[in-house]
Amino acid sequence: MAEAVAVEEKEPLFSKKNRQLLKDPLDDHNPITIQVLGICSALAITTQVKNAVVMTISVMFVMMAGNVIVSLMRNGIPDRIRIIVQLVIVAALVILVDQVLKAFVYDVSKQLSVFVGLIITNCIIMGRLEAFALANKPWPSLLDGFGNAIGYGWVLVAVAVVREIFGAGKLFGIQIIPDAFYDIGYMNNNMVILPPMALIIVGIIIWIQRSKNTALIESH
Amino acid sequence: MTELVNIFVKGIFIDNMIFAYFLGMCSYLAVSKTVKTGVGLGAAVIFVLGITVPINYLLENYVLKEGALSWLGSEFATVDLSFLSFIMFIAVIASMVQLVEMIVEKFAPALYGALGIFLPLIAVNCSILGGALFMQERQYATIAEATSFGLGSGVGWFLAIVAIAAIREKIKYSHVPAPLRGLGITFIITGLMGIAFMSFMGIEL
Repeated sequence: MAEAVAVEEKEPLFSKKNRQLLKDPLDDHNPITIQVLGICSALAITTQVKNAVVMTISVMFVMMAGNVIVSLMRNGIPDRIRIIVQLVIVAALVILVDQVLKAFVYDVSKQLSVFVGLIITNCIIMGRLEAFALANKPWPSLLDGFGNAIGYGWVLVAVAVVREIFGAGKLFGIQIIPDAFYDIGYMNNNMVILPPMALIIVGIIIWIQRSKNTALIESH
Repeated sequence: MTELVNIFVKGIFIDNMIFAYFLGMCSYLAVSKTVKTGVGLGAAVIFVLGITVPINYLLENYVLKEGALSWLGSEFATVDLSFLSFIMFIAVIASMVQLVEMIVEKFAPALYGALGIFLPLIAVNCSILGGALFMQERQYATIAEATSFGLGSGVGWFLAIVAIAAIREKIKYSHVPAPLRGLGITFIITGLMGIAFMSFMGIEL
């Protein structure tokens, strides 16, 4: 027992294991493309890059704070009611986020509509709480939350960039496809703004990712 | 009455939870490998949505909304608790799921055998909380309308998961490009189904 404690104390803040926690979710264990968590919001709010960035930051805050709180309480939560306890913690954090968004970026908050509230049931958060924070110390849990939020965020922003450029000819609300293009008959592809295209774009991202990293290919 | 049918049909086809709003995608993708499990989860979702949406409707209109507490007395008429709605809704959903699970286990063991493992999953299915939040956002006039919205959304979700599960069972025998196998092709098929469902848009009953 004493040995175990001594070993844990010696572990540096950014040991190899902890760096792994940050790196894994970016590719090999990406929450969206591999773990299949948090899809709903990834698809619904990615029509504009701005929304995707705001959503990523919100999820990052909720996930890091939730992971740390659950990890601190992990020995005190009775197993049978853990889901309700986790939901309540996450719901309280999401209320904070919602109120902050309403106060400072009201138009974004309006566009995200119910999807801010749906961060509560965003499986990525519950999934990481269940799979990681319940069994680990606060510091690794914080890193795990950060890593997964970044892994979630890059897919979100990638989808949003494609949809905003092709759907509206803009990026962050600034027009980037020159007027000359429109003059010679270029048109925005309204199809890309519609919900089904988001699914197809994520499908294509998965395709690209897995053809680069063949270890991830599923066998049906 | 036509209004109720309209809301019901709209919930199934036009505002389909999966194809129009992507709610409940995680369990939709994870549990759709065979039709049997798809049917089980779909039935559980209809059941839980049909119960929780009306309950949350009552909660919203008699506790949370601005002025909703006026039945307690005129001094409560200005109380606005709507910032608490997330936590209240999710608490109702989590406890209802637990309650439903116990009731089904006690009185309908056969149904419990079929739904059993799926019921706990449902508490974190975004379509349930999404149903409650859309109900709040759209401000349905009566509890009957809210119930019909809940049931309609549930049936829409059921249809979607059964359809994709059937397609996935067949696609096992096709030559899908290796990197697309499994998750990738499911995403693309769901997208194509979504395009098909968009043809229902604009239908008024």
